[in-house]
Amino acid sequence: MSALELNDITCTFISRDDPSARYTAVRNASLAVGEGEFVSVVGPTGCGKSTLLNVAAGLLMPSSGECKVFGSALEGVNTRAGYLFQTESLMPWRTALANVIAGLEFRGMSRAEAAPKGEAWLARVGLAGFGERYPHQLSGGQRKRVALAQCLIMDPKIILMDEPFSALDVQTRQLMENELLELWAADRKSVLFITHDLEEAIALSDRVIVLSAGPETHPIGEFPIDLPRPRDVSEVRLTPRFLELHEKIWHAMKEEVLKGYQQQLKA
Amino acid sequence: MWKRIKPNRNNVRIYQAVLVVLLLAVWYFGTNPNIPAIYFDSPDKAPFFFGEPVKVAQRLWDWFYGGEIYAHLWVTLEETMLAFAIGTVSGLAVGLWLGLAPTWAEILDPFIKGANAMPRVILAPIFMVWFGLGVGSKVALGVTLVFFIVFFNVYQGVREVSPVVLANARMLGASQKQLLRSVYLPSAMSWVFASLHNAVGLAFVGAVVGEYLGSASGVGYLIHQAEGVFDINTVFAGIVLLTIFAIVLDWIVGIIEKRLMVWQPRAGETERM
Repeated sequence: MSALELNDITCTFISRDDPSARYTAVRNASLAVGEGEFVSVVGPTGCGKSTLLNVAAGLLMPSSGECKVFGSALEGVNTRAGYLFQTESLMPWRTALANVIAGLEFRGMSRAEAAPKGEAWLARVGLAGFGERYPHQLSGGQRKRVALAQCLIMDPKIILMDEPFSALDVQTRQLMENELLELWAADRKSVLFITHDLEEAIALSDRVIVLSAGPETHPIGEFPIDLPRPRDVSEVRLTPRFLELHEKIWHAMKEEVLKGYQQQLKA
Repeated sequence: MWKRIKPNRNNVRIYQAVLVVLLLAVWYFGTNPNIPAIYFDSPDKAPFFFGEPVKVAQRLWDWFYGGEIYAHLWVTLEETMLAFAIGTVSGLAVGLWLGLAPTWAEILDPFIKGANAMPRVILAPIFMVWFGLGVGSKVALGVTLVFFIVFFNVYQGVREVSPVVLANARMLGASQKQLLRSVYLPSAMSWVFASLHNAVGLAFVGAVVGEYLGSASGVGYLIHQAEGVFDINTVFAGIVLLTIFAIVLDWIVGIIEKRLMVWQPRAGETERM
């Protein structure tokens, strides 16, 4: 049984200004993430990757198709999934620690009980002693770490990630990717990772799914990544097998990327 | 020399003090009946129109020393605080509600715009008929002024909550009630505080204008009485008193804001060595 299954998803948006105008971001898209599997979805910019992820999170109702979580149909917000957003998602009025334990508090855990757990998670993402800082007092990378701890403290069975590291500089990004792999290896959650960066996708995943250019995005190819684990994201990029895979997937993607680029020029 | 006395961050207070002294000096010498008139045809006219700072100070001293003012001041402050509190809480509540219920916001939109566009001061006589000449009618007038300021700010604040922060809180399992408490309310608070500085002043306006139009106590009443007998010094004393208390209230709001808004980034948090 798959941890997460998207069957034949179609998402059509109605324009707010002109109710007769339609935009189909995703059409007949199906994909599945196995238990403990790390799956990346790559596609050209603006192709509706985030739309798919929001469907999996239960934040967006698809026009048709269904989303299954551990075999049962998803209704409302996906409570068994954690979500790492592309942009700032921390509550700026809460300290780092209060942000990390926010989910536990929403569940009804008292602050006194949740605080030590929060401290432990802050330490695990390398931010011990930063608990009293507010988000604006942290760097972009530190904020991402807090968001990661905030998500993982809930012990979700599935993690959804929407280009979480795209705003970081290259060095910080590789550090975060390695840490993510380490945390993931510790208790093998199912991950659906969205990115436009093919190298990142290959370096992290067990499987890479390539999407077509939007509109009406759908998967056009699936590539198992057989690189040995544990991996170091900066080293694995230099292995011949990595380059082989990169070439193969890039070959499949290239046409779509060009198509997407042309559409962006037109728009 | 100029380099040392040029306005900078360290001598702001000194410049402020100098300005006050200058202002008082111009007032004092301009209205002194022993100094030949510059503008008016007789040296007695300037003090008639503008009062004299020494007599104004004398009046203030008499008020506080004689104890006559406390009852009036208390009435005005009571009206102001009540109008401020009721207006803020109701503005906050309605702002949150309409911010979260877009359909109701659409239904009520023309009514709210109409009520806000109406000159509220003309309601004062009606409130006097409804609530009498006492505290009630002044509070009602103040509330109509404070409410809209707070309401529009909260409404805007709720609608500008970051959709990502909101989605994140939902993914973390926040219920509707928890979203309201942990996301909407704190997010709206920075807008609320921006409006509270205006609201304090308007609560004062409501109280004093209400007293001015009809009452038996309060600083507005004192000013109105003095004006009736052309006692310009007392009028100015009342104005000075009201100004000082408006500043004090605004300062208190500022302190509370600083306490509650520690999470907001402030410009220039680095210190220059």
